[in-house]
Amino acid sequence: MKATLWGTRGSLASAGPETVRYGGNTSCVEVRGSDGTLIVLDAGTGIRRLGAALGAEAPQINILLTHLHMDHIQGFGFFPPLYRPNIEVHIWGPPSLTHDLRTRLTRYLSPPLFPVRLRDLPSRLALHDVPLGGFDVGGLHVDSALVTHPGPTVGYRIRDNGRSLTYIPDHEPALGATRFPWRSDWTSGYAVSHGTDLLIHDTQYTMPEYAEHVGWGHSAIDHTIAFARLARVRRLVTFHHDPSHSDAELDRLLEKAASTGPLPFELIPGMEGMQFEI
Amino acid sequence: MLQQEVEVILMRQLASYLAMPIFVVDPSGNLLFYNEPAEALLGRPFDEAGEMPMAEWAIAFSPSDEEDRPLPPEALPLVNALRRRRPAHRTIRITGLDGISRRIETMAFPLVGQGGRLLGVAAIFWDLDSR
Ligand SMILES: [Zn+2]
Ligand SMILES: [Zn+2]
Repeated sequence: MKATLWGTRGSLASAGPETVRYGGNTSCVEVRGSDGTLIVLDAGTGIRRLGAALGAEAPQINILLTHLHMDHIQGFGFFPPLYRPNIEVHIWGPPSLTHDLRTRLTRYLSPPLFPVRLRDLPSRLALHDVPLGGFDVGGLHVDSALVTHPGPTVGYRIRDNGRSLTYIPDHEPALGATRFPWRSDWTSGYAVSHGTDLLIHDTQYTMPEYAEHVGWGHSAIDHTIAFARLARVRRLVTFHHDPSHSDAELDRLLEKAASTGPLPFELIPGMEGMQFEI
Repeated sequence: MLQQEVEVILMRQLASYLAMPIFVVDPSGNLLFYNEPAEALLGRPFDEAGEMPMAEWAIAFSPSDEEDRPLPPEALPLVNALRRRRPAHRTIRITGLDGISRRIETMAFPLVGQGGRLLGVAAIFWDLDSR
């Protein structure tokens, strides 16, 4: 399986000379299974360049949304395959307690927020309320679980040939924990992360920043490192960078995090354009 | 079990901050957690008592009615809330593991998660003797 990062920024697209290396586009990751199955994780602004890269190929696209915060769906209207009548697009995402995925997504894909309505898109669109537990997408198996973040939010583990990739871009496992990390069975996100080959995880804040944003649904990098250690992952990719963090600042944060001692996994600064073989 | 449901994790975290005694069980009735204020009523720190099956906790605290007649498990609000999937309430007497008998109000409610999954029951106790 292969993964490409098309958007690594959290909360708000943040273009500018100070964010060129890590990237300013919001959450979007392309996953290719060994059988060619295409999964797109989240539809942040990074999905626009992915759409251009796909060209006219890919008769079927599978989009897995972790949740419906704006930074994870904003790229939808700018994903060219949705405007091609011959393409089958499956979208999975969490329903709320009272509305299904279609109703929730229509709130954005309709005027006045967007001129084109979801139902008017020419591609063959199928929307699925994401099942909690597991389901198959092409030749890939997906595990999904609710994780700690405001509103229904899921984390995904994608399995292919005995390998797995876990994607939890927005996650606050330390919320309300009197100590963290603690027992794995009482840690949000553990079930979809333990032993994973590549964990792409929220690292929005520094510890002082986290103290000011408890309950906002994100992790300090120290929390994520502790979480990755607990889950015994092989590689950790930092993700959902705060819009205020410049490239220089992110370099500094990562260097500091890596210098705290030998880590039992490879720590990789998540930058737009990076590719991983899993 | 690899990991508790996230709603149950959050319930425990909330309970660990609240000053009311709270007792949480899983869908099979196994005790998952009680908080520090509940420790005072039940007479033993949770860390010592640990997780226990319903058959054990339902008699460990010798529940009885207000006239001291022993109550079977099915008469307990917690068990009722679990079996009938609706809130249940009752004034009962319990004897803590410290041997002290207390009159408490119990209000139990099912924890129903996304998609209607029954995740367990949470009960709030109210110590009537000390209020
Ligand atoms: Zn986000
Ligand atoms: Zn979010």
